[in-house]
Amino acid sequence: MKIAIASGKGGTGKSTVAANLACTLALSREVALVDCDVEEPNLHLFFPDSAEDVPVTTLVPEIDPALCTLCGECGKFCRFGALSVLKDRVLLFPELCHSCGGCSLVCPQGAIREVPRTIGRVACSCPLSRLTLVSGVLNEGEVMAPTVIRAAKMLAEGHPLILYDASPGIACPVIETLEGVDACILVTESTPFGLHDLRLAAEVVESTGIPAGVVINRSDGRDEETLDFCRERGLPILMTIPFSREIAAIQNRGGLICRDLPGWEERFADLFEAVVKIAGVNP
Amino acid sequence: MIVGITARAAGTDAPVEQRFGRAPYFVFVDTETGKAESIENPLVDAAGGVGPRAVQMFSEHGATVVITGQVGGNAARALGMGGIKAYAYRGSGSVADALAEYTAGNLQLLPL
Repeated sequence: MKIAIASGKGGTGKSTVAANLACTLALSREVALVDCDVEEPNLHLFFPDSAEDVPVTTLVPEIDPALCTLCGECGKFCRFGALSVLKDRVLLFPELCHSCGGCSLVCPQGAIREVPRTIGRVACSCPLSRLTLVSGVLNEGEVMAPTVIRAAKMLAEGHPLILYDASPGIACPVIETLEGVDACILVTESTPFGLHDLRLAAEVVESTGIPAGVVINRSDGRDEETLDFCRERGLPILMTIPFSREIAAIQNRGGLICRDLPGWEERFADLFEAVVKIAGVNP
Repeated sequence: MIVGITARAAGTDAPVEQRFGRAPYFVFVDTETGKAESIENPLVDAAGGVGPRAVQMFSEHGATVVITGQVGGNAARALGMGGIKAYAYRGSGSVADALAEYTAGNLQLLPL
């Protein structure tokens, strides 16, 4: 079974929910936790351990100057500006390349071949006896987050139970994370921003046909607007985490409330049961 | 010598555009004959990577000098490698005004 944790708005508590859920589940079963927020992965902070790195590469063009006639076709084709054909050479901007391979197809001279270039890595570790942590890390200045997410997901493939912690937003990295999941947990907070972005995220999961439910984090007990929205859209409330100094303090030192606060292990176990129910699959 | 100037419209009377890659028009002036050719920039609404692509257009038109407001990092690298000099015009005048300032030697070279 594959569960994604997404939110729309950043900082609502995706990683908190993902880390606590993974830790709780690892008490009784094998679980793989994949950090798909590759521009700022943070799950390793909850589970410090030595990791093994696997590089992630994308293909970029390499031009054979002996064959190139500087005709300019590749530069005109590339809509990302990764190639600039000048009077005496072709200039490559590899970090702008989206690896579509089009330049090598349009080159009339066959002067372009594609070569791998490292854009990030996937770090794998086993911080708990039944927990595998797979973190995607996109190098600074790079744009191809979905490639690193795909690599991280691939490395976790085969585990019977996988949790994916998505990046904030609803753009390509989130869509890539949601690919192939059985259910999605949308983490929100009862603020105008939280509700605004929950609306967007709910639309995304709805259009992808993925069953979803909502976790309200930092609740001050006045969640009416969020509850109304969820009722309207048929999104079940899976869990409510109160706005509490005690919880924040545990979180801020990299602790897990399922381990450090009585009652929360049970609540995260219940969250899993609720997700299994909405997914309608066998865990 | 061909001088390429970023502009808001076609022709030498058009106001100079401060942005390089996303300028609505490029006006290429041949300083020997005084002839001007205006090209509508197809990159105005492109998602990204406009700098290097704009430089390729300047290179194709044989420009060896660019007059614009400022250039980004990728464009600067492409201009530098392509041997195209870029001069800063920060005034509110026309393409012709900018060219006159350049000819008079009043414009600063942009660091590439």
